[in-house]
Amino acid sequence: MAKPMGRDKTKPLPKVENPMKTLKRLLAIIFKKYKFHMLVVLFTLFAGVFANVQGTLFIQTLIDDYITPMIGQPDPDFTPLLLAIARVAAFYLLGAAANYTQARIMIYVTQGTMRDLRIQIFTHMESLPIKYFDTHPHGDIMSVYTNDVDTLRQMVSQSMVQLFSSAITIVSVTVSMFVLSVPLTLLTIAMVFVMMLVTKTLASKSGKYFLAQQTDLGKENGYIEEMMNGQKVVKVFNHEKKSVEEFRELNEKLFDSSYNANKFANILMPVNARLGDVGYVICAIVGSALAIFGVTGLTLGKLVSFLSFNKNFTMPINQVSQQFNSIVMALAGAERIFSLLDEKSEEDNGYVTLVNAERKNGELTETQERTGLWAWKHVHQATGEVEYKELRGALVMDDVDFGYTDDKMVLHNIDIYAEPGQKIAFVGSTGAGKTTITNLINRFYDIQDGKIRYDGININKIKKADLRRSLGIVLQDTHLFTDTIMENIRYGRLDATDDEVIAAAKLANADSFIRKLPDGYNTVIKGDGGNLSQGQRQMLAIARAAVADPPALILDEATSSIDTRTEKMVQESMDKLMKGRTTFVIAHRLSTVKNSDCIMVLEQGRVIERGTHDQLLEQKGKYYQLYTGKTA
Amino acid sequence: MMIKTLAVHIRGFVKESVMTPIFMILEVIMEMLIPILMAMMIDNGINGDSENKMGYIIMIGGLMIVCAALALFSGAMGAIYGAKASAGFARNLRQAMFERIQTFSFANIDKYSTAGLVTRMTTDVTNLQNAYQMILRICFRAPVTLIVATTMTMIINLRLASVYLIAVSFLGIVLIFVLKKTRKYFTQVFEKYDELNASVQENVSSIRVVKAFVREDYENKKFNRAANNLYRLFVRAEKMIVSVSPVMMLTMYASIIAISWFGATMIVGGELTTGELTSMLTYCMNILMSLMMLAFIFVMVTMSIASAKRIEGVLSEQSTLTNPENPDFEVKDGSIDFENVYFSYNDTAEKPVLNNINLSIKSGETIGIIGGTGSSKTSLVNLIGRLYDVTDGCVRVGGKDVREYDLETLRDEVSVVLQKNVLFSGTIYENLRWGNENATDEECRKACELACADDFISAFPDGYNTKIEQGGTNVSGGQKQRICIARALLKKPKILILDDSTSAVDTATDARIRKAFANEIPNTTKIIISQRISSVENADRIIVMDDGCISGIGTHDELVKSNAIYSEIYSAQTGGSGDFDRKGEA
Repeated sequence: MAKPMGRDKTKPLPKVENPMKTLKRLLAIIFKKYKFHMLVVLFTLFAGVFANVQGTLFIQTLIDDYITPMIGQPDPDFTPLLLAIARVAAFYLLGAAANYTQARIMIYVTQGTMRDLRIQIFTHMESLPIKYFDTHPHGDIMSVYTNDVDTLRQMVSQSMVQLFSSAITIVSVTVSMFVLSVPLTLLTIAMVFVMMLVTKTLASKSGKYFLAQQTDLGKENGYIEEMMNGQKVVKVFNHEKKSVEEFRELNEKLFDSSYNANKFANILMPVNARLGDVGYVICAIVGSALAIFGVTGLTLGKLVSFLSFNKNFTMPINQVSQQFNSIVMALAGAERIFSLLDEKSEEDNGYVTLVNAERKNGELTETQERTGLWAWKHVHQATGEVEYKELRGALVMDDVDFGYTDDKMVLHNIDIYAEPGQKIAFVGSTGAGKTTITNLINRFYDIQDGKIRYDGININKIKKADLRRSLGIVLQDTHLFTDTIMENIRYGRLDATDDEVIAAAKLANADSFIRKLPDGYNTVIKGDGGNLSQGQRQMLAIARAAVADPPALILDEATSSIDTRTEKMVQESMDKLMKGRTTFVIAHRLSTVKNSDCIMVLEQGRVIERGTHDQLLEQKGKYYQLYTGKTA
Repeated sequence: MMIKTLAVHIRGFVKESVMTPIFMILEVIMEMLIPILMAMMIDNGINGDSENKMGYIIMIGGLMIVCAALALFSGAMGAIYGAKASAGFARNLRQAMFERIQTFSFANIDKYSTAGLVTRMTTDVTNLQNAYQMILRICFRAPVTLIVATTMTMIINLRLASVYLIAVSFLGIVLIFVLKKTRKYFTQVFEKYDELNASVQENVSSIRVVKAFVREDYENKKFNRAANNLYRLFVRAEKMIVSVSPVMMLTMYASIIAISWFGATMIVGGELTTGELTSMLTYCMNILMSLMMLAFIFVMVTMSIASAKRIEGVLSEQSTLTNPENPDFEVKDGSIDFENVYFSYNDTAEKPVLNNINLSIKSGETIGIIGGTGSSKTSLVNLIGRLYDVTDGCVRVGGKDVREYDLETLRDEVSVVLQKNVLFSGTIYENLRWGNENATDEECRKACELACADDFISAFPDGYNTKIEQGGTNVSGGQKQRICIARALLKKPKILILDDSTSAVDTATDARIRKAFANEIPNTTKIIISQRISSVENADRIIVMDDGCISGIGTHDELVKSNAIYSEIYSAQTGGSGDFDRKGEA
């Protein structure tokens, strides 16, 4: 079995390879489903900016246009002011409404997109070949769901809208400024360039340290994980002081990078805000000079308006620069999401399907009911002719070569002949290729060379789902799902009745312990069944395979220590399950091996001995050595 | 209580923690001066009728630049100090937690899961670091703005200021109500979110089962339901939050309008100047902005409270085992005595795990222990190295109660090879030297020979310098067990305990290891727990454990005759249902 690579904790955050492409793809996903929503959001953004400008204008003109004329008048006329207030109140209402609508809609857009993405990622993940899971650390896969989707959520809900509204503000303000004074606008823009330059310098500095922080955090995480896992060993070896020292070193490094990363990120905001102030002062002084000396037609009134625009101009730019970091992080996350989505799904070119069958006058015919008789339905591609072949469980491997990668074969020239109902045992050292062979039978992996035939049909022609349905499997490590025991067993066959589930549990010797649990069959299993013993978990896995009632079986016997009594019960249930089925078993138990029709002794990817127990003992080879513990 | 436990870890960064808010307040003051100067520049400079307009503008401009420079300086200093204080706080927390965990006894460790501890030391600390930085940098700003601005408005005009008071109290009530609701909603969201992720995790690790049973569609449907459920909860919670913003905006706008109207009438009546009205409006914005900021911080801080609680839990966890006051630093020999020993893992257990154990083992004896799962074999031996303390009775090593020894001394003399053992990332040499830091290469090799590990280690291309990956994934189960035995041997202990430590080693090698022990370390007391009769049958004495009690002690031959449990196990394992070869590593 391919060993999952250890999670590389030292790997820094990947750079965004192609930000524009990723952004485009992301926007395409959002706009595809939420075109109308986004249109409304855009509209409300315009409305919001418009209302805001009106509000600002009102305050600016309030005193000069409405209040000052009334001062000193014996009978002041409040009507113009009242009208203006009514007008601006309407704008304010519009602004608030627009703002609220936009926020409400964005909830649906954001959460909807996240939901769709999650479902898309999950559905796609389920379609990926086993190879993907064997070659990608599970922690990394998980972090797509947790970290990446989460940062993306923040970006879509906050940064995106902020960017839009800032862009609208910047454009409209720029236009207004140009109308008022070209030279002052150019001056303002020059100032903005300075701000952007400073931002870029600081951001790249902080970015560098953020990367370092990520690396240090990864290293420290790895160390913590390792030490916490081995905490009892640490205690037994009095290693506490030493590990504290080692930890201190890592921790100091993390402190350093984290401090610096935050320092530069924090400085950005005050620096930009103050640069904005400086720009304001420069504009005021230059503008006053221009106005006083009457150059370029700038009047003092225009200058006042210009200055208020100047303030409105630098603010959104500051906001954008603050969003920058979160956008970069979100895009990096999006890229990882897309790379998972771009992984190739398991291919399936099979066309032979598995159907329920019944025998009428010696002829096999297809039927809808579960008859216990199965047939392969083979539609010949050339002629369209339909052929039914009884599923019997004969399996042949003919000169099979296999490697997880093309350049390194792990199995060589494997020949196996299993007659229906036969029990084939694989024995051999760890890494000899026992599990690998079983991975080939149900096509978790595809072979490089040779042929595997199931009832005479090349397994490549059989639809994967049907092939797997015909093969029950009990893995060495029992995996249970968070659900009731009833549902966990029913996992083998979803339409099984409660009675069928209980019957299967009885066959697996699991019924008695299940009934002793507080809620019996309705006891909810949590955390992969951590509260059940190893033996109990195995019996549940056997029950699960039993309820599926498959014609052929793959068993990977557990090696973990179970006490003799439980082991006896597990053994019994396995024997019952194997009865009458073609079985491939990776054997660790003496009785299993002894009762096998054929034992394959594997070493370094080759079958080195084959035969029955007695035959192999006679040979005094590797098997004899393993069995007796003696060298011949 | 919680705050006190955590606050201690600011030490070393007290200066930064004090300076940050001071600088931030300074920045706020400067920031509030700047708009006033801007107004002055426009009113008295550009629009004014002074003789020397340019001069006035330049002067105010100069003042503004000075203010900006001061604001920049204090802002930057606040940023730097804030970053340092929070990063330092996080560093101290992590260090303290790690050190605290190192003092944990086995009983303490059992309470936490590995994943739980990792989360506490990483995610939770990061949450607190961010919250602390936020508190230092913003928490002081907002109230200061609020106070300064409110005071200023009151000084300018008490009657107009009452508009604010109404607005602020109204908003305060709304905020408290909404935040309470959202907190409840968000707790539910995060619960569901965790559940969703747990189910993904389950699918990733059980993908072989999913695929083998062709349950992809079934899982997809299940996930679909869960994702939709999460969506609904998220939408509900966010809707609640979003509802705050129009209330806020409308209140702000209403205040502006009210102030404009009342202000106008007052100006006309001669009670207020135009300049004062402008300032009032500016302060209005300031107040409402800072209120919004406070609400934001409140959400942030509530979110980190859960993290703070988890961290505090670790920090205030007291070790259940302590070193005696005047410890003994010498263990005389490897004799072991159990006297009326009772043991339970927790006080509330109905039935003790070990029930009145009396036992005497001579120094140098080889003892086998056998018995079913849950018969308390491991619990029994764990008391010898004082990995747990007895509930009642006493365990003696070398004639003295284990609680009288210095823990380190005792554990150096009692070497346990744990059932769930781990190797650490590093070379094989480095791993071996956990047993004895100063062991020479020769000694390491010798220990490995004893443990029958030398053969396969030497066969690795890098030999003893082969890197072990995290969790020891690049060696097989049987190899790992043998390295672990060698590591324990390097301690040269007086008592060696193997807790089912050869379960993945084939029978032949297992026998060779036991033979080597008998020949090479005859004076060490050896205790071997096993499921296999073959591993214990040659021991001087075998203890049969059953349900927390000793069911029989004796030699193999005696027990086969006299002990029902033993003879049952014996016949089962020789009668054809034993193991063929556990994992078959030869």
